Amino acid sequence: MTAVPISWYLTLSAVLFVLGVAGFLFRRNIITVFMSIELMLNAVNLSFVTFAYHNKDVSGHLFTFFVMVVAAAEAAVGLAIILTVYKNRSTLNIDEVNSMKN
Amino acid sequence: MQLWLIPILPLAGFLINGIFGRRFSKSLVNTVAIGSVVLAFAWVLRVIAGMGDLNTALNEHYFTWIQSGALSIGCDLAVDRLTIVMLLVVTGIGSLIHVYSIGYMAHEGGYYRFFAYLNLFMFFMLVLVLGANYLILFVGWEGVGLCSYLLIGFYFDKKFATNAGNKAFIVNRIGDFGFSLAIFYIVKNFGSLDFNTVFRQAASAPEWVLTIIALLLLVGACGKSAQIPLYVWLPDAMAGPTPVSALIHAATMVTAGVYMTARSWVVFTHAPVAMEWVACIGIVTAFFAASIGLVQNDIKKVFAYSTVSQLGYMFVGVGCGAFSAGVYHLVTHAFFKALLFLGAGSVIHALSGEQDMRNMGGLRKKIKWTYMTMMCAAVAIAGIPPFSGFFSKDAILLAAHQHAPWMYWLGVVTAGMTAFYVFRAMFMTFFGEYRGHEHPHESPPSMLIPLVILAVLSLGGGYLFKIPDFLSALFPAMEVPEDLSLMLISVAAGVAGIAVAWLMYIARPGMADSLAAAFRLPYQLIYNKWFVDEIYDAAVVKPVVGGSRVVLWKGVDSGLIDGSVNGVGSAARNIGSLLRMMQSGNVRSYATWVLLGSVLLIVAMWTAAGGIR
Repeated sequence: MTAVPISWYLTLSAVLFVLGVAGFLFRRNIITVFMSIELMLNAVNLSFVTFAYHNKDVSGHLFTFFVMVVAAAEAAVGLAIILTVYKNRSTLNIDEVNSMKN
Repeated sequence: MQLWLIPILPLAGFLINGIFGRRFSKSLVNTVAIGSVVLAFAWVLRVIAGMGDLNTALNEHYFTWIQSGALSIGCDLAVDRLTIVMLLVVTGIGSLIHVYSIGYMAHEGGYYRFFAYLNLFMFFMLVLVLGANYLILFVGWEGVGLCSYLLIGFYFDKKFATNAGNKAFIVNRIGDFGFSLAIFYIVKNFGSLDFNTVFRQAASAPEWVLTIIALLLLVGACGKSAQIPLYVWLPDAMAGPTPVSALIHAATMVTAGVYMTARSWVVFTHAPVAMEWVACIGIVTAFFAASIGLVQNDIKKVFAYSTVSQLGYMFVGVGCGAFSAGVYHLVTHAFFKALLFLGAGSVIHALSGEQDMRNMGGLRKKIKWTYMTMMCAAVAIAGIPPFSGFFSKDAILLAAHQHAPWMYWLGVVTAGMTAFYVFRAMFMTFFGEYRGHEHPHESPPSMLIPLVILAVLSLGGGYLFKIPDFLSALFPAMEVPEDLSLMLISVAAGVAGIAVAWLMYIARPGMADSLAAAFRLPYQLIYNKWFVDEIYDAAVVKPVVGGSRVVLWKGVDSGLIDGSVNGVGSAARNIGSLLRMMQSGNVRSYATWVLLGSVLLIVAMWTAAGGIR
């Protein structure tokens, strides 16, 4: 069986994760930031699945499902927060949402 | 025999009055206070009645208090003949003074507080005399010191009273430090604090060990019993109410040092050097304090210096090996000095607080009962036979003569001065013309009845209570030949003192002043109490206060302790203000920190795992 080597999957996962981190750090739009978080989560999912397949261990798959559930819940709550922020401040620029200070 | 009941009764009185006394009526307060002390007195009698021939000591063990290695200290009480004498004096005279206080304190504030403290004092004093080991004795010892402090400063809104209380407490610290060192040394050498165990071993212990212990005990006794050099607190202690002066600072607490020395007689008799010190300190104190008493004008101050002087006599007695004579004088002194103080209190009460004898005079007819009872005490203290003071003073002076004749002669001179200052006080107070402005009134019966009882005891106490015979089984026999001429000399000194006082204050009233003017320098010296307070102030108090202020306060406290505490505080604040910059409120900067942190974590874990393999 000439399978795709595991390092390819992991490299892809790392690339996706770094893209997510970069998006999180450098984009100012909250929606984009939010999508970057999803990207990071999915990059992690990919490495979970890779290792599960490689090690013939089903717990990696289980974790993936957990992450998906959390991501779904997060999406629901997060989008609700974003909506409320937009309603109150009429902006989606993350740098202007800094009322934690002062 | 339930010995614990004796001290517990006054303690119960203290707790009841201390907690609920504020809401009680005055009559309820004094019923509780006096009832508890009288019950204790009754229980003492009951214990004595149940002891048979009194020759075997009664020991009661309640529980083990301290168990540490080989050392075991129990909560033990014991009664032997010496304790019986002390118990009767403390509870008997204590009861009388409690009764007296009803009348004396009737118009004072803090009525319940006064009686509560007085009961607490009785508790600790009874613990002191009942204790069967040095630690229980020490508990009582410290407790009476505390009560003394509380009662000297009873009028706590008056600066001089609180100062006097502090002085008494601090001076007693010095003595108590010596006493506690003695206790440690006893534990080290004998491995026990129990009187019986210690004294059994003491006979075979090396003399230098016993000398050290005895000298340290002497330091404690000097503090409590107001001997040179620690006597300075007692005259100031007169700032307290007069019943307190009578009970604590004349009859009972200040004799604790004599009691402790007599109790430790085995240690002292095996340490002749320490005995010599006891006797010398005693005789010098007796003479020195009597000389100050000669010229004081405050009636309570005269009796205060008299107390110091008489305590000196007791020390001479025990220091010369005549322990029973010392205790004898302790008992008779308790009678007549309590009476003198209570009488002085009655005079002060009659004159609504006047204490200066120059503003008295001619009170003989106005307060007749006070005058007559005080006269009984005066003849007793002057050593006129056959009254109580004569017997005990004579026993001490005879022992002193056998020990060292110079002590006898100094004692005789002191006896003359004693007679002089007491009768000077009597003449200035009761004879001549009235020089004051208040209208004197006789005291109520609650004050006069104790005075009369004490007057009977002062006159007949020497006959009624033959303490040396009673204690002869306890202390080593001391053969003192009866010497009629020595006795006559000391009596003559007393009579001469009275005669001189009569001459100077009755026959020729101007003589005292002209003598004072003629001998200006010595008069000023003793009038100002040999400037001892000033010398102590310059030599001890000022350096200690100054050192505390400059080194301990400004240097150690402000500089070192405050500096380090404040330094820690400001360092934390500085670091905090740096760290505060991280909290920008910007989500993306937080994310950067998270990233940085996780990278660091990964690197750390990697390194910990051994780097790249």
